[in-house]
Amino acid sequence: MRKNRDPINKKVMLAPFSGWMVLFVLVPIALVVYYAFSNADRQFTLSNLHWMYEYRGTLWLSVKLSVIATVICMLLAYPIAYAMSRASEKVQRNATLFIMLPMWMNFLVRTYAWMTILEDTGLVNNALRGIAGWFGKEFDGLSLINNHGAIVLGMVYNFLPYMILPIYTALTKISYSLIEAARDLGANGGQVFGKVILPMSVPGIISGITMVFIPSISTFIISKILGGGKDFLIGDLIEDYFLGNSGVVNYNIGAALSLIIMVMILIATFMMNHFDKDAKTSGGGSVI
Amino acid sequence: MIKKSIAVFLTLVLLCTLLAACAGSGAGNAATLNVYNWGEYIDQTVLEDFEAETGIQVNYTTYANNEEMYSKIVSGAASYDVIVPSEYMISKMIEEDLLAELDFANIPNYSKIGDDYKGLPYDPDEKYSVPYTWGTVVIVYNTKYVDEADVEDESIDLLWNEKYAGKILMFDNPRDAFALAMSKLGYSMNSTTPSEWEAAADELIAQKHLVQAYVMDQVFDKLIGEEAYIAPYYAGDAMAMMEENEDLAAYVPVEGANQFFDSMCVLKNTRHKKEAEQFINFMCDTEIAVRNAEEVCYAIPQVEAYEELDEETKNDTMVYPPAEVLERCEVFVNLPSETLELQSDLWKKLKTHYD
Repeated sequence: MRKNRDPINKKVMLAPFSGWMVLFVLVPIALVVYYAFSNADRQFTLSNLHWMYEYRGTLWLSVKLSVIATVICMLLAYPIAYAMSRASEKVQRNATLFIMLPMWMNFLVRTYAWMTILEDTGLVNNALRGIAGWFGKEFDGLSLINNHGAIVLGMVYNFLPYMILPIYTALTKISYSLIEAARDLGANGGQVFGKVILPMSVPGIISGITMVFIPSISTFIISKILGGGKDFLIGDLIEDYFLGNSGVVNYNIGAALSLIIMVMILIATFMMNHFDKDAKTSGGGSVI
Repeated sequence: MIKKSIAVFLTLVLLCTLLAACAGSGAGNAATLNVYNWGEYIDQTVLEDFEAETGIQVNYTTYANNEEMYSKIVSGAASYDVIVPSEYMISKMIEEDLLAELDFANIPNYSKIGDDYKGLPYDPDEKYSVPYTWGTVVIVYNTKYVDEADVEDESIDLLWNEKYAGKILMFDNPRDAFALAMSKLGYSMNSTTPSEWEAAADELIAQKHLVQAYVMDQVFDKLIGEEAYIAPYYAGDAMAMMEENEDLAAYVPVEGANQFFDSMCVLKNTRHKKEAEQFINFMCDTEIAVRNAEEVCYAIPQVEAYEELDEETKNDTMVYPPAEVLERCEVFVNLPSETLELQSDLWKKLKTHYD
């Protein structure tokens, strides 16, 4: 009987998706694993993994910079998303548009644009020099580029929309009647926020964190453009192993390092989901 | 409703145009020649002339260094017909059987190449390559900011001068960067001695805190815009930059520098060998070579074309250095794989050395 009620077999509907997943997710991951655990002669080896230890400094720097970028994104995005979700529908539409607008431009162009802003002879420093000159003072300029701060800035700037939008979506889903109910039961503003709104927006925060942290930790172009190509992040290292810009191509080490990032992201996501579940049981997650 | 239909219609029209444009570039009766060259290394109008004259479409793409070009080709990710590697990369690619033997019957203009540029060590039997340009590495500096006393001795040490911390640029490719460090230490840039490579790496690490950025073609913007004051780069590009900013000057360091020969080659797996040879022949034509040389500013190997250049260029000792300068220069040879491994490891050591 049940079969008749489904106009098309579920399996048929799933076929394109399954095919896509196998071809573009499973096969590539299998290849990464294969290369990570084999050497140039295609024999099984674990020796590629010791590069994780060799490059622990690079891993640490990458994690550090992407965590900082993610935290800054979160601190910036939450108030923006909150304000948006409480605004009129027209403002919400326009605000979403403005957040998406920079994403219509090419990622590389946007990042290069920061170069002209931050350079020693760039917009900011020239403006400051102009102001200093007004007061008859000499100003050497700030060094704003080719350092780790500029890399973090590049990450925040490029990935901020990925933090704002999921939080905004989560916040708009909260029914206003819940807030009214909390008020009725005597909660003050802070309590409403801490006990109702924040817990219910956790799923948005979590997907925001994932969507900012993952591209940040694997970036290789931001560090090259805004970091002056001086300090490799783990993404630069992987790129170098795959493209062989320094003279040697080694897919095996490149794959091993990629696998390590994948495992790190997997662990982070797992921890996040765990946190999400906790929030759901204690908060009002069941509403969603 | 009408508004919506119009929107849908317009979108469809846009899509169709896009698709047609894509299809158009792929089809066509004439062959499409894939030319893969260094960035900022051709007069683009020359390509248009070639297309107009022969009806062959040119798909022109660029790379930043030999290693990038090489790995792109061996990975098989894209197919190219004509490439312009430097001498050491040509020897490597000949050794690995990646280059096609040219049919010089299709390249009559090869006779215009000067004898000094034929049969060089990287292609001794003149089978695989036709010289495109040549030059040396020079050190470019801005006379407005760099004291005369610091450049008087024309030394490589300028790149290690603490006084200009944060205003020095460096090559973002290991072969050129290590060559400078090797010359500074008085070693051969073709050294295969590990201890010499280690010493050179220590020099580069010691220099790192003075370096503003490791760059390739970005050097143009940064030197012309006076964001940086000192940079080593290839002579032809140095000339081009000096034309844009009058305060820039350059010298071939006394310790020695790399002399390079970039030559046009055809890949073995090309499907358009004849068209590729036609292209090479076209580039060696005197009128074309002169126009190209005026744009890229590098030294050219075509004798007749050289004679037609203006006096100023011909007598420019940086583009066409005198024999005594060339004597202290060294041409790269292909390094053995152990040395390349070491170079790669040491380069990563430099880039993962965090102050």
